[in-house]
Amino acid sequence: MGAEGVFADPRLWSIVGLSLAVSLSAVVLASLAGLPLGAALAVGRFPGREAVIVLLNALMGLPPVVVGLAIYLLLSRAGPLGELGLLFTPQAMVIAQTVLVLPIIAALARQAVEDAWREYEEQLRSLGVDGLRGALTVLWDIRFSLLTAVLAGLGRASAEVGAVMIVGGNIDGVTRVMTTTIALETSKGDLPLALGLGAVLICIVLALNAGAHLVKLAAERRYG
Amino acid sequence: MNGILPLRLEGVSYAAGGRTLIERTSLTLEAGASTIVLGANGAGKSVLMRLMHGLLAPSSGRVAWQTEGPRRRQAMVFQRPVMLRRSALANVLYALDAAGVPAAQQLRLAREALEEVGLAHVAGRPARVLSGGEQQRLALARAWALHPEVLFLDEPTASLDPGATREIEAVIKAFDVSGTKIVMSTHSLGQARRLGDEILFLHQGRLAERAPVEDFFKRPASAEAAAFIKGELPWI
Repeated sequence: MGAEGVFADPRLWSIVGLSLAVSLSAVVLASLAGLPLGAALAVGRFPGREAVIVLLNALMGLPPVVVGLAIYLLLSRAGPLGELGLLFTPQAMVIAQTVLVLPIIAALARQAVEDAWREYEEQLRSLGVDGLRGALTVLWDIRFSLLTAVLAGLGRASAEVGAVMIVGGNIDGVTRVMTTTIALETSKGDLPLALGLGAVLICIVLALNAGAHLVKLAAERRYG
Repeated sequence: MNGILPLRLEGVSYAAGGRTLIERTSLTLEAGASTIVLGANGAGKSVLMRLMHGLLAPSSGRVAWQTEGPRRRQAMVFQRPVMLRRSALANVLYALDAAGVPAAQQLRLAREALEEVGLAHVAGRPARVLSGGEQQRLALARAWALHPEVLFLDEPTASLDPGATREIEAVIKAFDVSGTKIVMSTHSLGQARRLGDEILFLHQGRLAERAPVEDFFKRPASAEAAAFIKGELPWI
């Protein structure tokens, strides 16, 4: 197959589709848990808070293969969640990427919320706003910064190989995503498909970052 | 009318980081006369205002209002106004909503407040791109809409130019005329004379003197106040 034919290959687009489905699902789940977690860490005061923040920041650099290995052990037949039969399914890949991306979203959200809260706290309390309502006000006001955190998570999820390779197994037509296909096809010598997928992957990451940048610019112009 | 005044402070102290910032202060604030909290930087003006407004809890002693309803009938304007990332009008609406004002009245009250401070023409503009003076007037509009019984102002013109300061002072006078009790800290003697009826003079966390404005400036009773008026008190 020539390089020009690669984008007409239906295999390529089904791989791209699965990649996006897995990574988007993981980012949605990680956001549902990570944004409130980050906000709670930013606003809450409890013993061990500093330690949790350091841990969270460290986990941002979690190696994907290690996450993959941990989820693999959990989901393997002999593991505690082995009965669910999730290993080597797209669901397992979603779980692994959720774990991988959650610290990134939570840590970035924590920083953004903490900065805003420092500025807003006195004024909000003066207006008689505290607790949940105060937290929601801050989250809404910095929603564009939070979107950046979420997109950073999506970038990380869609670009990683290690976690999805281990828990997905890179099974053709079932759990094969862009990054694992690139790794496999390169080692097999099918460079056109690898290059085509690489190009698509780079375009997606570029588009995400450009989108995040534009949203932030527009928000700053509009809301100050 | 059963108002929230008088406000009583009984032996109030406040310490933070091993330093006592306000020491055993007792005083009563009645409705009516505008009260100016005067003192050098570090005298404890901002801390005293925050204790009164309830943003800080005293380390010892008691801060008690005459009545305390479910809704706050006091407002505060800070040295640096904090604006939410939304329009000027939406900032005032937010305050009204937080105060539990029925939705049907919010828009009318907010527009009236913006009119009052001369910001009706920027109602739709993002609050955070307004100038410093405009933002401070917006903070006043946010307070105005609530029709508070007491308005605390913590050095509201400290970072503003003379023109903006005049505009702010005009709004503060309008609050006074409308019956809101003014409690304002400043280190500007001129502003204290222009806006105040009585002076609370703080020195190193203690209430050194309390006197009507004229008496305070003509015949200060304490040596610290006399030195402050002469401009001799060292900045701390």
